[in-house]
Amino acid sequence: MFEIIITIGVVLLLVIIFMLFRIGRIVGIIKGSDKQLVSGSNQVNAVLFLVFLLVFGGLFVWYSYAHFDSYNLPVASEHGVVTDRLFWITTAVTGVVFFITQFLLFTFPLRYQYRDDRKAHFYPDNHKLEIAWTVVPAIVLAGLVTSGLMVWSDITDTAPEDSEVVEIMGHQFAWKVRYPGKDNKMGGFDYRLTMDDNPMGVDFSDQNSFDDFSAGQIYLPVNKNVKFQIRARDVLHSVYLPHFRQKMDAVPGMPTTFWFKPTKTTEQMRQETGNAEFNYELACTEICGNGHFSMRMMVIVVEEAEYNEWKAKQESMIQKDPGLLKYVSQNLQEVAMIKSGLESAPTNTEQDKSEEPDSSM
Amino acid sequence: MATADIHVDEGLQHHDDHEHDHHDQNFWTKYVFSEDHKTIAKQFLITGIFWALLGGLMSVLFRLQLGFPDMSLEWLRPILGGWLTDAGKLDTEFYLALVTMHGTIMVFFVLTAGLSGTFSNFLIPLQVGARDMASGFMNMLSYWFFFASSAVMFTSLFLSTGPASGGWVIYPPLSALPQAMSGSGLGMTLWLVSMALFIISTLLGGINYVTTVINLRTKGMSFSKLPLTIWAFFLTAVIGLLSFPVLFAAALLLIFDRSFGTSFYLSDIYIGGEALPNSGGSPVLFQHLFWFLGHPEVYIVLLPALGITSEIISTNSRKPIFGYRAMIGSLLGIAILSFIVWAHHMFVTGMNPFLGSIFMLLTLIIAVPSAVKVFNYLTTLWRGNLVFTPAMLFSIGLVSFFISGGLTGIHLGNAAIDIQLHDTYFVVAHFHIVMGSASFFGMLAGIYHWFPKMFGRMMDRRLGYLHFWLTFIGVYMVFFPMHYIGMAGFPRRYYSFTNFDAFNSFADLNALISVAAIITLAAQFIFLFNFFYCIFRGRKASANPWKSNTLEWTTPRNPGHGNWPGEIPTVYRWPYDYSKPGAEEDFIPQHIPYSETPESNLPHENDLVRIETQDGDAIRVSDQGTEE
Repeated sequence: MFEIIITIGVVLLLVIIFMLFRIGRIVGIIKGSDKQLVSGSNQVNAVLFLVFLLVFGGLFVWYSYAHFDSYNLPVASEHGVVTDRLFWITTAVTGVVFFITQFLLFTFPLRYQYRDDRKAHFYPDNHKLEIAWTVVPAIVLAGLVTSGLMVWSDITDTAPEDSEVVEIMGHQFAWKVRYPGKDNKMGGFDYRLTMDDNPMGVDFSDQNSFDDFSAGQIYLPVNKNVKFQIRARDVLHSVYLPHFRQKMDAVPGMPTTFWFKPTKTTEQMRQETGNAEFNYELACTEICGNGHFSMRMMVIVVEEAEYNEWKAKQESMIQKDPGLLKYVSQNLQEVAMIKSGLESAPTNTEQDKSEEPDSSM
Repeated sequence: MATADIHVDEGLQHHDDHEHDHHDQNFWTKYVFSEDHKTIAKQFLITGIFWALLGGLMSVLFRLQLGFPDMSLEWLRPILGGWLTDAGKLDTEFYLALVTMHGTIMVFFVLTAGLSGTFSNFLIPLQVGARDMASGFMNMLSYWFFFASSAVMFTSLFLSTGPASGGWVIYPPLSALPQAMSGSGLGMTLWLVSMALFIISTLLGGINYVTTVINLRTKGMSFSKLPLTIWAFFLTAVIGLLSFPVLFAAALLLIFDRSFGTSFYLSDIYIGGEALPNSGGSPVLFQHLFWFLGHPEVYIVLLPALGITSEIISTNSRKPIFGYRAMIGSLLGIAILSFIVWAHHMFVTGMNPFLGSIFMLLTLIIAVPSAVKVFNYLTTLWRGNLVFTPAMLFSIGLVSFFISGGLTGIHLGNAAIDIQLHDTYFVVAHFHIVMGSASFFGMLAGIYHWFPKMFGRMMDRRLGYLHFWLTFIGVYMVFFPMHYIGMAGFPRRYYSFTNFDAFNSFADLNALISVAAIITLAAQFIFLFNFFYCIFRGRKASANPWKSNTLEWTTPRNPGHGNWPGEIPTVYRWPYDYSKPGAEEDFIPQHIPYSETPESNLPHENDLVRIETQDGDAIRVSDQGTEE
């Protein structure tokens, strides 16, 4: 019943609008205004452009100013400060151009609206003017490009030797994280080794992997360079840490990397934002399927001492699941037991250096 | 060149006469399998409008999810059926399918086929002074391949596994592996088949456009007298001819990967509990191939709109377009540069960062010709005598969008800034304004402006104004707030943002955007009514309702097959002699010889009078000019 009433109402409304349209047309024909090229509505449109400029210009300025904190994401990395500055310089430059050009565009209609007694100014070209507004944007852009190129080459430069290395692997629809363990060497991997108990396809014939540990959250030390080694297991993903201004695609078959220096601990950020619940997050920014919007992982930045403490406490993959030893070749079993922390080390460690693993995957 | 033109014209004329004498067209050859460029243009237009409506409706559907995440869409179950969850919300994969199909439809079917297909077909023969396209048959094929492509894509919407849903850029491995998402099954196959047909259509059309512009210009219509619309269509067709084959190759290799076990794009993949044997391929290769088309595609969409706008702004400012040669130069510059900037879509895909530097440099260079265009538009308006027809309003709207969206391109083209902005709503805002809305406004401007020539009737002006203001405000309300959301880091293609603390805000802006989107879509129904009503009931148009200079307005109200009943007019002057000092009227059409307008001729044009009269037989007004 209710639907029927609504339907009837909508139909009546459409009929009324149609009638109004018909009446308007007939009036137009009687007045003859529809035959003229220019009618009274010319001025209405000209005024509306100005109104639009004022209302929307006002809204733009007001929102940008009043809600600055809601759209300006706090920055917590060294290069992020630089790219943010670049962003705002670019915004300032383009903002000036934006206001001047839109102002002219929306005020010209009122100033130069059609008048019967006036003729437009025949002005087909002016080479000086044209050269000027080719050269000036070119110079301004050259400046922006140069500063951008320098920043870009710094950011994408090789990671410093002493960086903390973290491996991040994306898969549908979660992240897996691996740290290199006490030897600071990340073990190899091969996607063909992926098993239920070895979701990252870690190559356990590589001795470097024996002490590698995985984590459910990404722990990072503050004020220390961090290098992400990024890969994907199934489809494209993208590692995105918004507060660190960090983003890099995870590509199956082509490991990628990104390094940066976090400058604020989670605790400092909580104080800065006044949000006691604040947490850094890792999100996926490359469409990867149904669960694309849910690939979240928490990122925790702590003081270096606390980080080292945390790291020392972590159990290696093998230690957590001794069943993984089955992937280790027979002659390395003992080394793996020791290195992974399952057994305490004997005094003589010469032995494991002599036996090279066949891990040339 | 001139002699060659004459021969071609004569041949065609003869052929047409022959046809008119002995052959009456039946319904099928006149309206369905027509070889008349004007009918084909209308076919492209109507199909484009159908797709635009569908694409628009899809966007409103996913905007409902984004703006009102708690809303029950149960009332849509009769249409969406199983694509709703039990809770009455959009299925997460269906959401991605909507986003994907919205993009595909709008970019290819509406703004490529609907825009270029309509106006290149309609205007090229009429404005260069030709009887028809170089090959009417190929032109017909072009439409019917597009129709077939549309049919295949439309069919894919009804599959139980859903249409393609990996984003309109269909990056493998997601699009290559049915295990990764169900839309990558049959839906993706149909997408690829449809695009293959679409590319054939585009190439058939493009070859025709280029050939017609080069070979079939009427006497006197040198390249330096071509309207900017034709320059834009011509360069668009050239870009399309060079770039679409690359997409074809990319799609072909993807088909091989999907169906024949090759590894062009696939390597080291473990999915669905098994390690795939593919090795050695690179997903980044696909991205290079895709964007080698994909970026020029942006200009394939935009250039025709800019051409249309140049023409409309000049006509309705009653003033020559400022810097005609600079406009051509910037079109050329954009066309060439569009081929060497593609990798700016890929700064953070793992591509070598040095390559990123090069592409960043080239990308920011393309901003220069774009800036020149904006300044030239503004100078054209300056001290004009502006007539605000609906077409003019949409053209001014286009310039506004071109500025707003173009400027944010400077942010995104900067690799260092792009790290943060890539794949966020900032990008969505940028390209919807500069490419989507600007081109869409160009298309609407073109429809309002050339409707009288297409259907012999006028569209209602007041409804046009209402349509413009609702759409203009609506578009800004939809896309401008997205800049803020993007600066806050919100990623695109997210079904919901509630999983993240960082993105758990802006519910208000998202709701506002969705409401604005609904209003904008609703405003398009005003246009649809105006369009279809006026085809049949509109006021009859005069021969030259906008007092324009170009050749199409010298044809009869309803031009028949062959466009001009008699001889094709000869062209003597550029198309922008508006408000020329000394002239009686404020416009002098292209076919008026200088010998007829001694009062307004510039010194160098008086010299041309002599050349005109030397050409004897082609001159309509014989010796009178020299007596002055």
